[in-house]
This record gives sequence, C-alpha cells and structure tokens, in this order.
Amino acid sequence: MSTQTKESSSPTLQPYKETFSLGRFVRTNGGQLGIIGVFIGLWIIFIVSAPDTFLSSRIYFAFMSTIPFFAIMAIPLTMVVIAGEMDLSFPSIMGMGMVAFSFVYERTVNIDSVTTRVVLAFIAALISGSLIGWLNGVIIVRFGIPSLVATIGTQFFWRGAVLVLTEGRNYTLSYIKETFLYPVLVGKIGGYFPMQMVWLIVIAIFGWILLNRHQFGAHVYLIGDNVQSAQLMGINTGGVRIKVFMLLGLISAFAGVLYSFHIAYFWPSLGEGYLLNTLASVFLGGTSVFGGVGTILGTFLGAFIIGAIEAATVATGLTGFWTQLIYGLIIVLSVIMHTYLRKRAG
Amino acid sequence: MNHRLELKNVSKSFGEVQALTKINFHLGRNEIVGLLGDNGAGKSTLIKIMTGYHQPSSGEILFNGKNIANLTVSKARQLGVETVYQERALAELQTLWRNIFLGRELKNQWGLLDVNRMKQETYRLMNQSMGFTSSAVNPNSHVGSFSGGERQGVAIVRALYFDAEIIILDEPTMGLSLKETAKLVNFVRGIKEAGKSAIFIDHNVIHVYNVADRIVVIDRGSIAGEFLTKDITLDTLMEKMIRVAESGKLE
Repeated sequence: MSTQTKESSSPTLQPYKETFSLGRFVRTNGGQLGIIGVFIGLWIIFIVSAPDTFLSSRIYFAFMSTIPFFAIMAIPLTMVVIAGEMDLSFPSIMGMGMVAFSFVYERTVNIDSVTTRVVLAFIAALISGSLIGWLNGVIIVRFGIPSLVATIGTQFFWRGAVLVLTEGRNYTLSYIKETFLYPVLVGKIGGYFPMQMVWLIVIAIFGWILLNRHQFGAHVYLIGDNVQSAQLMGINTGGVRIKVFMLLGLISAFAGVLYSFHIAYFWPSLGEGYLLNTLASVFLGGTSVFGGVGTILGTFLGAFIIGAIEAATVATGLTGFWTQLIYGLIIVLSVIMHTYLRKRAG
Repeated sequence: MNHRLELKNVSKSFGEVQALTKINFHLGRNEIVGLLGDNGAGKSTLIKIMTGYHQPSSGEILFNGKNIANLTVSKARQLGVETVYQERALAELQTLWRNIFLGRELKNQWGLLDVNRMKQETYRLMNQSMGFTSSAVNPNSHVGSFSGGERQGVAIVRALYFDAEIIILDEPTMGLSLKETAKLVNFVRGIKEAGKSAIFIDHNVIHVYNVADRIVVIDRGSIAGEFLTKDITLDTLMEKMIRVAESGKLE
C-alpha cells in the first residue's frame, strides 16, 4: 500500500489493486473464519470421541439427507435477518404449501396424467408459499408492525389454517414416486448422494450471488444497516423487505414439499420442530440480530453443526438427554465469539 | 431564463403540525443560496421536499421551468439533485465502495453488480477528490471506522461523483474540526466555479455569508426575507437574525 500512496500524488493514478494482508483478511472475515474454526473443532472432537461413526461415510450421507430440509430455509432467513427483520412463520408456510399441493392434486382427478397433476400441485405449493410470504411482508411494511410480532401472529394463523383445511387428516403421497419429480427432488444420485443436498447447494450458491453480487443483496444489507440512510438515498425499502419475506415463503414451501416427498407422507404438523433449528443455524453462522451483517457460508456451516450435534451426542456415548444442553452451550459460545469478533473488526 | 429549481406556494403539514406555509423559493443557475433559520424553522423539511424524500401537501416543484409531479428521491437524483445530509446517510457496517454507490450501484442488465469497477472508481475518488491518502483507508474499509471529517468527505464525494447540477448541503460543518470546515468552505466555492448551483444550510451565519450569493431566512415555516450578500454586511445580517429569532420579524 505504501507505494500506491506515493503514486497517488502523480497525475496518473495506478489502478487499485487489492493487496493481500493476512491481518486485514482475518479482521474483515473474522466471523466466517470463526465459524469455520468452530466447525472444524467440533468435527475433530466428534472424530476423536466416536471414530467408528465419524470416520465412515454413512453418517455423512445421513446428514446430507436430513439437514437440507431446514438448511435451505436458513438461507433466505439469513437475508431476512440481515435486513433487520425476523420471521417465525416459515414452519407454518411449509404446512400451507403442502395443503395447496394436496388440494390441487385431489381436485385435478379429471386429468389422466399423474405427473401433470403432481407438477400442478408442486407449482401451487410454491405460489401459495410466495403469497403467504408476500402477505407477511405487506403486514410488516404497510402497517409498520414489528416483524417478530407480526409473524408470531401469522405463524399461529397459518398453522391453524392447515388444521382447519385438512381437518387434521394425514395424506399419503405414494403416487409421487411414479413421477419424475420424485427422483429430481429427493432421489439419490448413484444410490448414495441425496438430491436434497444438491438443492441445498444450488440454493446456497444462488443465495450467495443474490446477496453479494446483486443489487438486491446490496439493498438488503443497507436496509439492515441503516434504514433511514437507505431511504434518503432512494432505495425502495418497503419493496425490498416485502421481497425477502416472499423469498423465504417460496423456499419454505419448497422445503415442505421436499420433506413430504422424502417420507411420501404429509402430516398437518409438517414444519413443527424446524423453527429453532433454522433460527439457530442463522445466528450460529454469525448473522447479527441487529441487521446489516451476515453471510451465507456462516449459515450453511451453522446448519450442519446444528444438524450434527444430535447424532454426535449419541455416538460419543452420551445419552440423548445431553443433546439440548450441548446445543445451548455451542450456540451461546458461538454468539459470544461473533460479538467479540465484530467489535474487534469495527 | 428558467430557474434551476423553483418552489411555488409549497406547504407541508405532518398531521396537525404545519411545518411549511406557502413557501416560494428559487435557485438560479450557478447560484449559491444560503438557507438560514433557527432550529425547527423548517429548513430540513424544505430540503427534504426538494430531494423528493417528503411530498409537499400542496404547491408545485419546478426543475428548469418544468413542473414535476410526485417527486421521489430517485427522480430528484435523475434530475441532478445531490444531497449531503445532516445525518450523513451512510451505512456504517458496510464498506466504503458500497457507501459511495449507495442506492445507485453500477450493474448490468441482470442487476448483477460490477464490483471491480465500483472499487476502482472509489479508489480514484478517494485519492483525487477526498484526499484520503492514508493506507488504512481503502475501498474495502468499513465506514464505521472513519472520523467525522472522513465521513463528511464520503458524503460529499458521493454527491459529486454523479454529476450533480444542484448540490444541497444540510449542516455540513456539524461535527467538523476547524481545518475540515475550511476545506468544506473551499469545496462549496468549487461548486460555484464549476458552474453548478448549491443550497447551503448551516447554523453558522459566518460560513453561509462567506460562500453564498443570496441568503434566504426561514422562520416558523415561512420565508421571513432574503438578501443578496453583496448588499448586506455581516453585522447587519447577524442583527436581523437575532431579531427574527426574538420577534419573528426582520425589521
């Protein structure tokens, strides 16, 4: 940098080159390096204490089969939290998406092709998820209600709607196995690699590009950082916030379809139990609850840590009673670490 | 000849509160207008109407003689209005380059950002216009770590980069050191030399008197009077300002 400083006084300014400095790299990427450290550290602990389990590939295929169901929702939820908002209603949106799916399938009996019916039902699920997300956004932005409060309400409302509409019935979805969507959504590549993991990777990459290399993501960060500055500089803050809620609604409905396809069954309780795992993944990954800060990589690793703890607790010889205690410990310690790293970077 | 910017009978109320009453204001070509007034006189509301942040309750806004209905922040920016806000309007957790291009990111037709070009432009602006030569400040620096003067530099350079025709400075000297203030006053003179127009708002009558061609005094939401700086001495202006604050009348 010192040579560039001298050149700046001459009329021809050299183009800016990003010089690599380890200190600066560590400071600016502290949060991501921190979560990578936690991830690797825990992994080593798991391997040392339960080598039989963690040195065989079976457990990793099991993780890749179950973790994506909530990890893919954690990606758009990261954007919601970066924008300074919160959403507690996405587990109910998973359920409502599958209500739309089942209803459209049942009401298209006059169509001969099962595949066509399933594709229509799938599209209906995605549309209803987006609509519910849009409605969340509208309630929050147009009425100025804090998103935490608004989505406590919508979370109950849509779970209630699922129960009322299904009258508590379960639906078997065995028919989906004859359609191409089944292997595309939840099949196993080569008999091993779960397709839901492929979808998680696709959504994570898409989410990273949207957040870091697209104008939309730039605005999400700015709104979470300082909403008044964003408004003064002409950003449509309401529109962007509505869109992040829509995106989370869309992906939640997609996750609901994935999970229901995986077990070929739709329970009206679909999504219950995913709320805290998904939120924990986001905060474990270093996204700030105050908005303006957060990364997709952090959330991705956070989800795998959350997903692995339960299996690891049992495999290391502790009883299942320990799981929540260890969850809590890791979450609290990681959040303390992130806060400390952010202060140093500031 | 049309004025660069003109407000006709502009009023603004927030609920019960009448912030501005029938304001008639104009800004000429290559003119620096100083806007003076006590706290709560309506200066900030007035400039937020010119920048499209607030919509007037009644009245017209004209740019180059043309009436503009439903002025928004982005429309005002397209018309060449740039503002250095009192509150700086920066995003402190974000990098310098993101702040420079805040709300107007360089992008392709898909909305994908041209990150490299924005960093290059930021680097050029830092060195040529902001006078940041410290190696600690680079396009990837976080604005939260900057001093008050550096932050003001960012806000000003951002206003200049986008070829503004009208530059509005809202309390730009607030929180600046003496040296930084002198630099700012020079910068406002530079706007005049570049053939552009500016509206300069400050608490400090001396700063405004030194750079403005014309001074407009606002009191309790209306225009109390205006003077050409060449026709009035600083002492008389100060006297009049005190009288306005006490009695609401200039004379």
